[in-house]
Amino acid sequence: MKTATEERVVDLSTGSVRELNHALHQLRHTDGAAHWHVREPRGAHSVACGLTVPVHVEVDGPTGYYCAGMNQVATVILHGNTGTGVAENMMSGFVHVKGNASQSAGATGQGGLLVIDGNAGARCGISMKGIDIVVKGSVGHMSAFMAQAGNLVVCGDAGEALGDSIYEARIFVRGKVADLGSDCIEKEMRDEHRSLLADLLARANVDYSPGEFRRYGSARKLYNFKTEHSGHY
Amino acid sequence: MNPSQNPGLRESATFDRSVIHEIQRAAETGIYNIRGWGAKRALPHFDDLVLLGASMSRYPLEGYRERCATDVVLGTRFAKIPIHLKIPITIAGMSFGALSAHAKEALGRGATTVGTSTTTGDGGMTQEERGHSELLVYQYLPSRYGMNPDDLRKADAIEIVLGQGAKPGGGGMLLGSKISDRVAAMRTLPMGIDQRSACRHPDWTGPDDLAIKIEELREITDWEKPIYVKFGAARPYYDTALAVKAGADVIVVDGMQGGTGASQEVFLEHVGIPTLPALRQAVEALQELGMHRKVQLIVSGGIRSGADVAKALAMGADAVSIGTAALIALGCNSPKLEAEYEKIGSSAGFYTDYQKGNDPAGITTQDKALESRLDPILGGERLANYLRVLTLEAQTIARACGKSHVLNLDREDLAALTIEAAAMAKVPLAGTSWVPGASGPL
Repeated sequence: MKTATEERVVDLSTGSVRELNHALHQLRHTDGAAHWHVREPRGAHSVACGLTVPVHVEVDGPTGYYCAGMNQVATVILHGNTGTGVAENMMSGFVHVKGNASQSAGATGQGGLLVIDGNAGARCGISMKGIDIVVKGSVGHMSAFMAQAGNLVVCGDAGEALGDSIYEARIFVRGKVADLGSDCIEKEMRDEHRSLLADLLARANVDYSPGEFRRYGSARKLYNFKTEHSGHY
Repeated sequence: MNPSQNPGLRESATFDRSVIHEIQRAAETGIYNIRGWGAKRALPHFDDLVLLGASMSRYPLEGYRERCATDVVLGTRFAKIPIHLKIPITIAGMSFGALSAHAKEALGRGATTVGTSTTTGDGGMTQEERGHSELLVYQYLPSRYGMNPDDLRKADAIEIVLGQGAKPGGGGMLLGSKISDRVAAMRTLPMGIDQRSACRHPDWTGPDDLAIKIEELREITDWEKPIYVKFGAARPYYDTALAVKAGADVIVVDGMQGGTGASQEVFLEHVGIPTLPALRQAVEALQELGMHRKVQLIVSGGIRSGADVAKALAMGADAVSIGTAALIALGCNSPKLEAEYEKIGSSAGFYTDYQKGNDPAGITTQDKALESRLDPILGGERLANYLRVLTLEAQTIARACGKSHVLNLDREDLAALTIEAAAMAKVPLAGTSWVPGASGPL
């Protein structure tokens, strides 16, 4: 690992992910907003996962599974495509993918903001529990499956079974929706939703107007087991 | 008329009174039966095995004086900090939500008193159980309810749950009557819903992905924590081999007799395989990979006595895990509460409606008044006593078999009483050298 005066540079063609993560985990809140640059990730898994301090990490190149997983307060910028489960179970902070993301992006995330400049694969926002996700492109099938809380904003199109078995999360889609999953319906876009969406779009640096989006959420008909639901399960 | 007084009345074996009741209940309500506990049907089990005490060719140890160690270390494969247990009996994962906070505290107290671990469940880690559990295993479940990296770091081990023996392939279930404010908040769910836990993990599928997931968990915890992989017994030979390949430190196999807080009865009685063959298949997989005792094996599902513990260890397990038995030790189904059980249409020894939240013993409830009936300190003492008895019983048997450590018990110390058990456990039928289904030397 090389150490620069103002930022630390880690080259994963010579260093290991284990060394990188261990070094990042040794940082303390009192260390200030340290700036780290990771080069040559070459699709490595678990890059910059489990961060707990407000460090700024930039990764140049494609990353594998679970990049920035379980992030807390850190900012992670990915200059490239990323694999399955980027920012999975994120608690807080900011993760920005400046390429495409594979499946399960932001899965089970509980807080923070995940922005994906390109497309996201299947199951984007699956079981999300409070995270905000803004996808500037499209999302794959089963996105927001069993989504509990938080907001999924899709500026492009959404694949099949959007929001299947959704709880209280909100989905905003600007493009086409292939079809909706069980218990997911289109809902009225009220002022409170337009305001919320405007804020999310601004934070993600997206120029679209909230008026271009449609809102989807839970019909709340499957919240309790009833015999007449057998055809929906 | 009392049917037993009239030999002319013959009950159908196919449509007995329980079957008739279930058909009529289904016809009236239009929904499948949901209950707690595990399979109630008779299954081949450890009762169908016996241990062969020492005789002319074996040298026993003195029953109460000569040393017979019971400690076990879990997570020696990759974890920087393995778990050291004083006894080979752990407390299985049970959620706060399914159980009351007092029950979780009592489990932690009892386990800690005797030097063993307890385990979280769906819904995350509570302060009560972390505070009272010296060794706490944190379950990493498909639902990820309450999943928090800070709790992950606080845990002493991580158990990735693929399923449970009561319902392999099925997700958890917590009915609205048990979703209190606190439970709802921990799970980020609305109050009062019939909550379904996901049946599969949201961000990995298959053993190749699991290997990467395990690596992520190790990275987040700096490779300190032992990582268990738990699955319900369905295809334990392959599941064990794949979990080993994926990098597990410890395998947890939960047989069909394993309990649950709530599930469809059709699941409990008809899905999965019993603990006996599941254990044997898991051990075979480890042995064939040369990983037996290197990747530790915990088995659960119907463990009740020190004899069950000894038999499980003799078959190759490194430790056992108990759930239903631990709740019974706390007071579940106690005859002392018979009047209370009658009030809710049940009886001591028959109460399995854990899903309703009306548990008179205050264990499987979120009702504060009912919960107050369970003293967590006294409950902890009762559990500790029970765990001590299990340990002493297992030691007694091990000594009689000439073993100075309970883990020295061996398949050679076992015989089967039934053809089914002999085939499932691959243990000779007592008085013979016959192992049904064995094609070569044992």
